[in-house]
Amino acid sequence: MTTAVAMPETGYNFAYLDEGTKRMIRRAILKAIAIPGYQVPFASREMPMPYGWGTGGVQVTAAILGQDDVLKVIDQGSDDTTNAVSIRAFFARTADVAVTTRTRDATVIQTRHRIPEAPLHEGQVLVYQVPIPEPLRFLEPRETETRQLHALAEYGLMHVKLYEDIARHGHIATTYAYPVEVAGRYVMDPSPTPKFDNPKMDDCPALQLFGAGREKRIYAVPPHTRVRSLDFEDHPFRVQAFDRPCALCGAEGVYLDEVLLDDAGGRMFVCSDTDHCEERRADGHVGAEAAHA
Amino acid sequence: MLARGFADPVHDAQGVFRAVMDALARPGTIQPVATRLAPPAPLTPELAAVALALADSDAPLWLDAGLARDPAVAGFLRFHTGARITDDPAEAAFALVSDAAACPDFAIFANGTPAYPDRSATLVLAVSELGDGPGGWRLEGPGIRGSARLAASPLPADFSARLARNHAGFPQGIDLILAGPGRVAGLPRSTRVTLED
Repeated sequence: MTTAVAMPETGYNFAYLDEGTKRMIRRAILKAIAIPGYQVPFASREMPMPYGWGTGGVQVTAAILGQDDVLKVIDQGSDDTTNAVSIRAFFARTADVAVTTRTRDATVIQTRHRIPEAPLHEGQVLVYQVPIPEPLRFLEPRETETRQLHALAEYGLMHVKLYEDIARHGHIATTYAYPVEVAGRYVMDPSPTPKFDNPKMDDCPALQLFGAGREKRIYAVPPHTRVRSLDFEDHPFRVQAFDRPCALCGAEGVYLDEVLLDDAGGRMFVCSDTDHCEERRADGHVGAEAAHA
Repeated sequence: MLARGFADPVHDAQGVFRAVMDALARPGTIQPVATRLAPPAPLTPELAAVALALADSDAPLWLDAGLARDPAVAGFLRFHTGARITDDPAEAAFALVSDAAACPDFAIFANGTPAYPDRSATLVLAVSELGDGPGGWRLEGPGIRGSARLAASPLPADFSARLARNHAGFPQGIDLILAGPGRVAGLPRSTRVTLED
């Protein structure tokens, strides 16, 4: 579905940002692509939305967006939550670009914390909104130190953290923002996506760009790049498994959200990716509780 | 008279940037660029387009001997980008090289530091031939599914050895944009380059 959300705004440059800012962000994006997984500092601007609402992703999207792009925005897999709707409307108004909810129709997909279920393709750019870009930040608060650790490729701290998970819980208990190693060099925070999505980052045909507005960092994973989730030989990386299919469309092997139905403990589990779920239902797939839809 | 810049500064710059971004993100692919520029020779339209799209007062330009010889080139670039033209290659964000066969050693440009490998130059080389056919290099690395081919000329005879040394210094190093007529290709430092058998 491709819809025009609102009338274009006048009085703003194309895609809101001024050209000087776009050039600065573009230069950072090019270096980020050349050094996969390395966090490039950039002069993040104040945006007309609070930090934490995707100011980094919005700046990256504004810097790459062209007139012919088709934009999709998701928030935790959903096209129709507040964050996704406002950012989609923001670009429909300031850039007058076509917007869509269909994953395969989009050329630029801005995402908060999910990778779409439908496979991405060569012509696409996936832009992640990132709150804390530094994977080592909760282990070492000093930027001067984490920068040295990246320079030396000294990632022992992260392995100790994962080991402590095993010592305490019997397994690696990290379920989101699960650290990855990019192209055999930099350890990177995939943003707070569920670790379920980590395998989709490996050898992905789309270009993946990451923008952290408050922390002023941009990083990238070029297409077809090796992205390995950190693990141990005796505790290999595993994704979450769900013991039931989506209640609406019956999909298996997808990431599910829990939805409370009443005050009596009623609940169902449905696709987190709303576009994927809608397309499956349109194709005639029916889940056990499709009557609730 | 001063030659014109981009007819549409916003969308032309975006188009050139996206071509360069795709070129660096997918080494071995040839990305078309429509510039609609007629800069003073020996500045080619493609070198001019990359400079106009990406250079400004925060990103100094370095010109090779051929470009530095004619003051009209520096005048054109200064007027349309606002960028400082520097004589010191080590402080350039972008180096424009019109005579690619005489491309200077990469070591004279900023190669970044271990902590900040991004503080490094991007070299933009004008080439007359640029394609993904045989007779050139075999490319492997991020952005490439399996391996890719790239052929460009004219370039120095030892260029693939220089590219290999540049890659060996990863994450430090310089990044390259090869600009042929109406097209660009990227060679980021992450790409392993070998001569094709």
